[in-house]
Order: sequence, then C-alpha cells, then structure tokens
Amino acid sequence: MSFPVEFCVLSLGILMLLADSFFPSINKRTLAHTAIVWLAVFLAATFFLQPSPLWASPGGFYETDALGLFFKRFALVSTILTLVLAIEYAPVVERFIPGSRPGAGLGEFFTLPVFTCAGLMWMASAADFVMIFCALELVTISFYIQVAYMRRNMASLEAGTKYLILGALSTGFLVYGITWIFGMTGQTGLRGISTVLGMVPVASQTAILFGLGLVLVALGFKVAAAPFQFWVPDVYQGAPTPVTAFLSVASKAAGFVVLMRVVDAFLVAPALQAKLVPALGFLAGLTLVYGNLAALPQTNMKRLLAYSSIAHAGYLLVGVASVGSPAAGRAIVFYLLAYLVMTFLAFLVLIPVSKAAGGDEISDFNGLGRRAPGMAFAMLIAMLSLAGLPFTVGFLGKFFIFEAAMRQQHFVLVVLGVVTVACGFYYYLKVVRAMYWQPAPEDAPPVLASPLTRFTAAFLVTLILILGVYPKPILDFLP
Amino acid sequence: MSPLLFLILVPLVAAAFIMVGSNARLTALVGSAASLVFVLVLTALYRQGSEQPYQFVSSLPVIPSMGISLTLGADGLSLLMLLLASLVTVAAVAVAKTPEKNPHLFYASLMFISAGVLGAFASVNLFFFYMFHELALIPTFLLIGIWGSGDRQAAAWKATIYLALGSFVLLLGLIGLYLIQPDGMRTFDLPAIIGMADAGLLPEGNWIYLLLLVGFGILVSLFPFHTWAPQAYASAPAPAAMLHAGVLKKFGLYGLIRIAAPIFPDAVVQFSNLLLVMLVGNILYVGYVTISQRKLDWMLGYSSVMHMGYIFLGFAALNTVSLTGASLMLFAHGISIAALFALCGEIRERTGTLDFAELGGLAKPMPAFGLLFGFAAMAAIGLPGFVGFAGELLVFFGSFVAGEPLMGVTAGGKELFQFNNYQIATICAVWGVVISAVYMLRAYRRVFFGPLNDRWSGLGEISGPARIAIAALIVVMLVTGFFPGLLVKLIESSAL
Repeated sequence: MSFPVEFCVLSLGILMLLADSFFPSINKRTLAHTAIVWLAVFLAATFFLQPSPLWASPGGFYETDALGLFFKRFALVSTILTLVLAIEYAPVVERFIPGSRPGAGLGEFFTLPVFTCAGLMWMASAADFVMIFCALELVTISFYIQVAYMRRNMASLEAGTKYLILGALSTGFLVYGITWIFGMTGQTGLRGISTVLGMVPVASQTAILFGLGLVLVALGFKVAAAPFQFWVPDVYQGAPTPVTAFLSVASKAAGFVVLMRVVDAFLVAPALQAKLVPALGFLAGLTLVYGNLAALPQTNMKRLLAYSSIAHAGYLLVGVASVGSPAAGRAIVFYLLAYLVMTFLAFLVLIPVSKAAGGDEISDFNGLGRRAPGMAFAMLIAMLSLAGLPFTVGFLGKFFIFEAAMRQQHFVLVVLGVVTVACGFYYYLKVVRAMYWQPAPEDAPPVLASPLTRFTAAFLVTLILILGVYPKPILDFLP
Repeated sequence: MSPLLFLILVPLVAAAFIMVGSNARLTALVGSAASLVFVLVLTALYRQGSEQPYQFVSSLPVIPSMGISLTLGADGLSLLMLLLASLVTVAAVAVAKTPEKNPHLFYASLMFISAGVLGAFASVNLFFFYMFHELALIPTFLLIGIWGSGDRQAAAWKATIYLALGSFVLLLGLIGLYLIQPDGMRTFDLPAIIGMADAGLLPEGNWIYLLLLVGFGILVSLFPFHTWAPQAYASAPAPAAMLHAGVLKKFGLYGLIRIAAPIFPDAVVQFSNLLLVMLVGNILYVGYVTISQRKLDWMLGYSSVMHMGYIFLGFAALNTVSLTGASLMLFAHGISIAALFALCGEIRERTGTLDFAELGGLAKPMPAFGLLFGFAAMAAIGLPGFVGFAGELLVFFGSFVAGEPLMGVTAGGKELFQFNNYQIATICAVWGVVISAVYMLRAYRRVFFGPLNDRWSGLGEISGPARIAIAALIVVMLVTGFFPGLLVKLIESSAL
C-alpha cells in the first residue's frame, strides 16, 4: 500500500492558505493547531503505509529506502515542533506586522513551514541531482520568505537579504557542479553516476572532482560547515526564533542526508575516495574549531546557538568523513535525532524567556532558576545535552560519532573533537551559570508559557533523559 | 530489584523528594544514612574467598550490539570504595550548613554526587562506570559556583573544564579499548575484557594505556594536570570538597587499578618511568608547594593532590603488595581528607578567615575541636595507629621491590649496587612523609596553638551532628588502623 506523503503535506499547506484567504475571520492559532494534528496523522501513517511518489520510478530519482523514510519522519517531527514554537512566538510576529485585523500575516507564518516540510521530505528521498536541486530550492525559497518574515524588523530584513544572496550563490555553485559531473558522466542520477564512474577515463576524473568540489561547497552552505558558515550567525540572530530553530535543525539535517547520498555515490571510485575523505576531514576539523572557538565569547543566546549549530555540523561531518565504517551512517542519523531534540528544547525555552525580557541575551536568563524553575530545568537539560554530558542523548550522539571515527583511524579529528567538547562545556555552561548563579534583576517580569509549550518541553526533556540512558528502542529503529 | 541498583536509586530518590519540596536536610540525612546501612549489610553478606569475585550481580542490556549494559556487581575493592563513598556522604550531609539561597538545590546536588560515585564504584560495565562518574560533574559545578567562597566562579570553570576534558580523553581510551578487541567479541564488560587480555586476544595497547593514564590522571590531579584541584577545593563549600576530594577523585585511581593494571600490565611497565616522574612531581613538587601555602584551605587542597602521588606509586609498582597498599590508601586518604575539609569548613564558618597569620590559639576556646583536628592531621600524615600508615607501609614495601634489581659484580670484583627507578621514587616518597608532617604540624600549630587573638576568644565549640560525624570518621580510621586486616581481607578477595 503506498502513500504519497509529500503530496498530502503539500495539499495541507494549500488548504491552509485557502482557508486563510477565504475565511479571514478564522482564528489563526486554530489553523496552526489543525496543521499540527494533521502532520501528526501523516507521521503516524508513515508507520503503516509505504510512502511513495505518485508515479513509479524504479532506480530513478526517488529513493524509497529506510534512510529516506527516516528523514521524512524527521521532517514531520521538526515541522510539528516548529509550529509549536511559532504559536508561542505569534505575539512577536503580530507586533512587527501591524495589520487591519488581529492576526494579520499569521496565517502564512504558520503555513510556510508546511511547504518547507514537503520540500524537506522530497530532499530526503532525492536520488538524482535534478531532484536534489528542485527539492533544495523549494526548501530554500520558502526559507527566504520565513527568515525575512517580520518586515518591520530591520534585523529580520537584513537576515533575509543575507540569506538570499548567499543562498543564491550556493545554488549557483550547486548547478555549476552538477553540470560538470553531468558533462563527464552523462548522468544525473546518483545510481547511474556510481555505475558509470568505474568506466570514466582517468583523464576526466579531475573534472569530476572539480564538479564534486562545487557540489560540496553548495552543501557546505546548507549544513553550515566552515568556511561556508559566514551567513549563519546573522541569519540565525535576525530570523524569527521558530524559523531559526527550523533552519538549524531541519535544513541542516536534509543537507546531511543529501551529503550522505552524494558521498556514498562517489565513494565507489577509489581514486575519488582518496581525495574526498581527506577533504571531508579537513572541512570537519575546520568546522569544529571555528564553531567552538567562535561560540566562546558570545553573549547573545541566538548567536550562541548559531555557533553551536556550526560546531554540531562539525561533529556530524566527522561522522560523514568516517563513511566506510558500518557504524558511521547510524552514528550520523542518531546524532541528528539527538540534535533535533535538544535544539528544539533550547529554542522552546528561549521564546518565553525572550518574550518576557524583550531580548535574547544570555543575561536575560539571569536568575531563571528561581523565577521559573521548570523552564530553567528544561534549559539546563538542553544545555547539558548539547555539551554532551552522559545520561543525556547528546552524549550518546558524540559517543557513536567518536567510535565511528576511531574505527576509521581519524585520530586527529577525534583529538580535535575532544578538545572542542571541552570548549563546549564552557559556553553551554555560561547559560547554566546565568540561570543558577546570577541573581535575577529586581524588575524581572514573570516568564509565561502556554500549556502546549510546557507540555512539549516536558516531553522533550523526558526524551533526552530516557534516550540518554536507554537508546535501544531508537537504535533498533534506525536505518 | 538488584541490591546495587537499589543502592544507587536511594540518593536519586532522595534528590527527587528534595526537589519537589520535602525537608531538604532531613531527607538528605535519611537517604545517605540508608545507603550507609545498606552498604554495611552488603559487606556483611559478601562471601569472601568465593569463586566469583563479583557478587550481587545484575545486568540490564542497553545497547546489546555494542556490549553496553547496565551491569552492576561488587567485589572486595568496590565494596571498600562503596563504604568510603557512603561514609563520607553521611559525614558531608551532617556537617553541611543549610544555605539561605536555594537549600533544595544544594542538598539535591550532594545527593546527585553520591549517586554518581556509588554508581561508578558498583559498575562492572565500563560504559556505565564512565557515565556514573560524569553524573557528579554538574552538581560540583553548581555547588562551587553558587555556594562557594573566594574566587568561586573561576574555580568552578577551571575545575569543570579540566574534568570535562579529562573525561573525554578517558572516553577515547575506553573506545580504543573497545576497538582493539577482536571483531565480533567487542564489549564494554570489564571481566570479559580482562578474560580476553588473559587469553592473549588483545594486541599491544600502549596508546590506549596512555589515553587512560592522561584521562584518569586529569581526574585524579596527577602532576602536571593538578592545578584545578587546590583552587576548586579551596573555593568549594565544605561538603562538596569532602565528597570531591574524599571520594570522587578516587574514581581515577580506582579505574587505573581496575582497568589498566589487569589489561595492560606490559604498558604500565613500559611507561613506568614517565609515571614515576609525574608521581614524584606530585609528592615532592606539590609537597613543597603545600609547605609554602598561607591559607588552610589551599594547604589542604594541595595536600590532597600530593597524597595522590603515593597511590600512583602503589599502582606503578604493580605488585600485589603495592596494589593492596594503594587500595588501602584510597580509603584512608578519602576519610582523612574529608575530616580535614569538614573541620576547615567549621573554622571558616566561625572565623571567616583561613589565613594562618590571622588564626592562632584556637585550641583554648575550642579544645575538642583542636583534638579532632589533631587526630585528622596525624591520620593524614600517616602516623602508626591510623589506617593511612598501613597503606603507606604496604605501598613502600611493594614499590621498593618492584622492577629489576640493579645488583651485580663489576669486572674488578667490586660489588655493584644501584637503586632502580622504583626504589628512587620510593625514597622520594618516604621523604614526602616528612614533608607532609612538616606542613600538617605547622598548620596545626599555627591554627590551634600560639597566642590567641582576642577576636577568637569567644568562639563556640564544635557540637551537634558535625562533631559526631567527624568523630565517627576518626574512629573508623583508628579502628581500621589497628586492625587493617579487616580491610586487607576484603581487598584480597578481589584478586588484584
């Protein structure tokens, strides 16, 4: 039984848009709640029905493997969480988009992530460069709008412009790289390329390598790997917070799926492998060092999370550089899952705190341990997990990555990884220090969060702790 | 439920009760006393000389494909450490002064540290052995950072980052230990790995041993990775310093004795010179640094770093006598330093200063206090009658006979005698006993004797739970000092 899950999500988005335009009086939050319910239904349906494109394409551009399926669920979960964040964040959006009626502009704010979700799901299954390109553009273009969404806010506009320019640049790299690869192999499908690679004359391997390098640059932009990370801090800081979370989790994860598929296809040629693995290792090392060192002096929470997202891209790239080890794929997927849970939890606490304080500096967290003990505890767990403390899921993610890297004898990367983990302890614990060591300001307003946010935060905390001690259910389930 | 899992859950449940708002101090006291009683019962039930070294074993598979399971078990050595941990926890809670700000978090943190150390010492699976140790990292950070004194923020950062780095180096060592096992048999189960090492299935693992040595070394404040320790202990509130210096820090040495000694004996011998230099650094260099301290808390912090050198010597010599001595010293040092930090905290509480120049003559207003401090200081030096003496003696005997004897006859017929490196290190260590006598007795004299400053004439005597707890620690040291056989028998059964 097959089930075109992407089209269902796309239809949901279109219906939401129609509802928003034909029934302007509808409560926008109800719209978002409905979307959450439907996305949850689709998520449940993927466990019983085989997702497929509407038309059959054996060995073609659409891969229906376990990895793709896993990331479709990943995209659905992160979209649901983004919508939860967006509902909590709605008052801020309303403030920056003054309209004739209450809730103006909120409809699209809740709808755009749904379209992005469809793009992410196509990306998860894309096995052809043309398909990869189209899915990537669907995702990226919907993100351009979301990042610049609060059009009366200069920071948001600036972030949107930066993201647009650098995103367009990376698209250019991607298309140019695909052209070179197509020119040398005559194929755009990843399977076709890996069959043809063995027959390509040695003389044209340099050209393929050049093309592959360009594709890696483009994907480096998407996953925020150094030295293609310049856009990250400004865009993350300026974008509306739910969009930042969505961008840093789902967009990065989809980038990694594509990266894994592309790297996998090109590894068959030993000559390419000998060049590709050191290049990935170099990217990983640079990203680790840059992300972690640059995070140290940050005082703004969103910027801190931006640099932390670069740092985590570094650990994930260590996993990608260890492909070839049977454990690497599983390690990356587990790490991404851990990253999803802990990053969304951090953003989930950030939104009510910054709404109360009117900013998102780390000092706005001062004394949160006394002002809102529950929220502070959730943030504590999120930070410890991001830092990689045992008994949290973040530790197991790092453990699997290091194990895979040591199997492949990437000792330099592992040492870099360990030293940067120690840096991580410093900057994540800065938030803990603010919450527990520092006294609260006298006039600190109360931190209020909706029941849905509280429930989701409690759920994510439980998930972090349970998976940190007993990851077996998830590990059995991984592709 | 398995008894050891229950033991670990007791402080965790106590912490949960404290966090939801029960009487913090009372709950912590009851919880820690319950674990002490429970450990005593387990020790009584432990069958010495049985075929199975590990008893009370229970196992819960977590990631079976990687040989990771929550396997708990205890043999003689781990029981000794569990005794130490639960004893010091009770004392730490007893002497704790309930802070004004956030008392619930304070006692819950103490309970978390307790759960972490109990879990680490009761774990047979290396993965959980590691995990449980880390459970104590964040409570320590919070305890020093929130309720510490002096430059507490810097101390908390430094200690936390050092310990995080050390533990990740250790993690690499453990992953390496996992990966050198033959494919298909890989596991984190310690007895299984030792079995493989005995059967000769493990290749040479020099670099893994070095990773373990540096990782554990940072955690134990092995010279030159020791600078975090004195600062952290000087700033920490007394219960945190007691638990950390007394128990948590022992984790690293316990790990080396447990893992490195049986699995990599060749590597230990091969790198013995490196370790000997570092441990002599602990004893002599840090020893002289200790003498020069002008404040009691810093002096105690450095002295706890210095004493680790003896235990490292026992480990480096790698024979039954020296390892038994090292194990005894883990216990002895844990209790004596806990008593000293408790007393030091009481002095800070009363006078607000720990500067030797400002203190003096305190034995006049507080004779019982002075007596307790005297006993604790003498126990720390390792005078006969205290269990530390037995430990030091065994370590020195064991290490003096370690290594190849450099004796023979020259071509001219002259008898040639040269000390080998172990013997030189042992001689340095014996000199270290003199050093520790110097700084301990000087501190004792400067704080408790000499002219009494008028400011201190009205000081109140030590009383209540703190007095009972510290006296109990000293009684334990005296009893086991006169009958060290009690503990040695326990250690023997774990076949070092």
